[in-house]
Amino acid sequence: MNAATPSDTALDEAPLYEARRKIYPIAVRGTFRRIKWALLVVTLGIYYLLPFVRWDRGPGAPSQAVLVDFANRRFYFFFIEIWPQEIYYLTGLLILAALVLFLMNAVAGRVWCGYLCPQTVWTDLFQAIERMVEGDPRQRREKLKTASRTRRAFEAAAKHVLWLMLAWWTGGAWVLYFADAPTLVMQLLKGEAPAVAYVWIGALTATTYVLAGHMREQVCTYMCPWPRIQAALTDEYALNVTYRYDRGEPRGSLKKTQALKLQGLPGGDCVDCRQCVSACPTGVDIRDGLQLSCVQCGLCIDACDTVMKKIGRPAGLIAYDTEMNVQRRQRGEAPIYRMLRPRTVLYAALIVLIGGLMAAVLATRGWEGLAVIHDRNPLFVQLSDGSIRNGYTLRLVNKQLIPRRFAIAVEGVPEARLEVVGEAATTSGGPVVSVGPDQTHEIRVLVSTAARLPANASLDIVFHLTDVTGGETVSVADHFKGP
Amino acid sequence: MADMHRQNIDAVTGVSTTGHEWDGIRELNNPLPRWWLWTFYACIAWAVLYWVLFPAWPLVTGYTYGLLGWKSREAIQADLAQLRAQRAVFADKLAAASLPEIEQNPELLAFARAQGRAAFGDNCAPCHGAGAAGTKGYPNLNDDDWLWGGTLDQIHATIQHGARSADPDAHAGDMPAFGRDGMLPRPDIVAAADYVRHIAGLAPAPGADLAKGGEVFDANCAACHGAEGKGNSELGAPNLADPIWLYGSDRATIIQTISNGRAGLMPAWKGRLDDGTLKALTVYVHTLGGGL
Repeated sequence: MNAATPSDTALDEAPLYEARRKIYPIAVRGTFRRIKWALLVVTLGIYYLLPFVRWDRGPGAPSQAVLVDFANRRFYFFFIEIWPQEIYYLTGLLILAALVLFLMNAVAGRVWCGYLCPQTVWTDLFQAIERMVEGDPRQRREKLKTASRTRRAFEAAAKHVLWLMLAWWTGGAWVLYFADAPTLVMQLLKGEAPAVAYVWIGALTATTYVLAGHMREQVCTYMCPWPRIQAALTDEYALNVTYRYDRGEPRGSLKKTQALKLQGLPGGDCVDCRQCVSACPTGVDIRDGLQLSCVQCGLCIDACDTVMKKIGRPAGLIAYDTEMNVQRRQRGEAPIYRMLRPRTVLYAALIVLIGGLMAAVLATRGWEGLAVIHDRNPLFVQLSDGSIRNGYTLRLVNKQLIPRRFAIAVEGVPEARLEVVGEAATTSGGPVVSVGPDQTHEIRVLVSTAARLPANASLDIVFHLTDVTGGETVSVADHFKGP
Repeated sequence: MADMHRQNIDAVTGVSTTGHEWDGIRELNNPLPRWWLWTFYACIAWAVLYWVLFPAWPLVTGYTYGLLGWKSREAIQADLAQLRAQRAVFADKLAAASLPEIEQNPELLAFARAQGRAAFGDNCAPCHGAGAAGTKGYPNLNDDDWLWGGTLDQIHATIQHGARSADPDAHAGDMPAFGRDGMLPRPDIVAAADYVRHIAGLAPAPGADLAKGGEVFDANCAACHGAEGKGNSELGAPNLADPIWLYGSDRATIIQTISNGRAGLMPAWKGRLDDGTLKALTVYVHTLGGGL
């Protein structure tokens, strides 16, 4: 371009730094506010109370439904017990979570940001406390003029104390997931809890207080990567909180619009009351269109619908819609809503597939495990009678809560002799090894053969681990090396 | 003042300028943040305090000890004492148990093998190799061929006192240098080497005089290695009839062995390692090849 357009110049001259405006949103009533309250109660209720839910696993096992047991290296989730080597379930869960996020985004934009993100939920609660103690924005402004300094200071102090208590409870609930909750609560009350508990409670109290109380929308606008990623994942059919400017513009007061209409000129439904801006927790004017700092919580819809109802105009001037439909309506075409699109179908199919795979793997996994490590140095040993011996380290896993006995056998090596170090061979069949309940046991196994092996032999050997009483079997393949 | 500052505000960044200007370029006034400065000052104060309290400055013959009297040597000794106290539960059991008892108790076996593996890596691996596979002159400890015996007690004795070491209880027994010391003429040595290869089941060299070799063997070698060459672990005389060779089984190597003798040295470890470690090492080495 030869000459800078006005907007280019504006960008060049605009300050690179924007000072923060404090945002005090007004309280609104309506459908989306009710949905948000419900989700807030459900999600925070789960977070704060879940550690106290009990789940009987029998003697010797923790009775907490959800527990991350670092000391014993176990993760318990109701009837599921995860060992460290099964951490790939977490990978599956994260993939599933990402796909659900993508699907929500393809259907209705930033549903996660607006309703479910912890940053949004806690900020929402902190703002509710702020309104409860210090009043709504209008009362705040009046108090600045009328109320005494002491009263304002007292209210501010009360707000921060309430915030800190809530933040402290948030950190306190977090540590309960890592130890028996009732025991830890008693320890905390007596001041006998381990230092790591206090450190984590302190750290999470600080982050909750700072992020939800002080930083709020700054986190969403400047710190969070999801708005940027989300913008790259969305398409023109995804529903977003949209100001229908085809209906709203030209905006103006009730009288002005009526005057315009009398002259036969077009008049919009937007009365420019700015309730949508006042209700916005991130300080956005939704009438400027879709923008990065809008978390799409739907509170402007509630605010606008309330006004429309009062002035007797139809609701839905701001609603879940698409920019494409606004433009189509402007051209007099019918809006298009398309839920079944390649991306929504694909995401849903992938969610079903991965969820199904994980459920199937979880349901069919065994209660015993075997890992085989071949000696690397030396790979093989020649014995004085000329036979060849290979050494292996076997790790036996017993995930049941009772002690079990396993028979060990090998296959694939001719004339194989099997010896377990420290275990006397039983007469019938191969050696038998005991493994304690919920434990792993490492043994050294020596396999030797007097058979003549070809040069540079590498035979496929299979180790079979069989429960002596139950008969469950695990087999692991490895190699048997010769000279 | 306030007005002057206002004049010097840069429009784009909203930051005040220092008033300096070069070719129309003005310098923004961005001083170091206060928190940074105060952290810096606090670090300086901390450093001075540290010099006073802790060992800090090197002097000509020593160093400044600091008021707290902290010493890194004492700190590591305290750590080691704590480690020993932690291990004491098992270490005491290990000290009390006999060697066969250790092998029969899975818990003690696992502890002894873990401790033994670490001690082996520190002390034995330089000669015997990390996996104890040995090399020429240093026996492979994974097989079932033992110069000085492969039972738990025999291995324990060998590790404690060594072989041909300065320890009075060390294993003794040399392979004489038959050639160098003029005890056998060269043709007898060659014949004996052929005969040794014969009893080991290796193909004889063309023109080998096995009859003469047998005579030489019976007269000179059988005293230690036995009439059938099966060896004698009392003397550290290796079994010559098996396929395991410490120095090599080719004709030239055997001739060299008979001519110049062999006297591999295993150091004594008693006194250098504590008794618990020696026991753990014994169990570890014994379980490498399943023991005898």
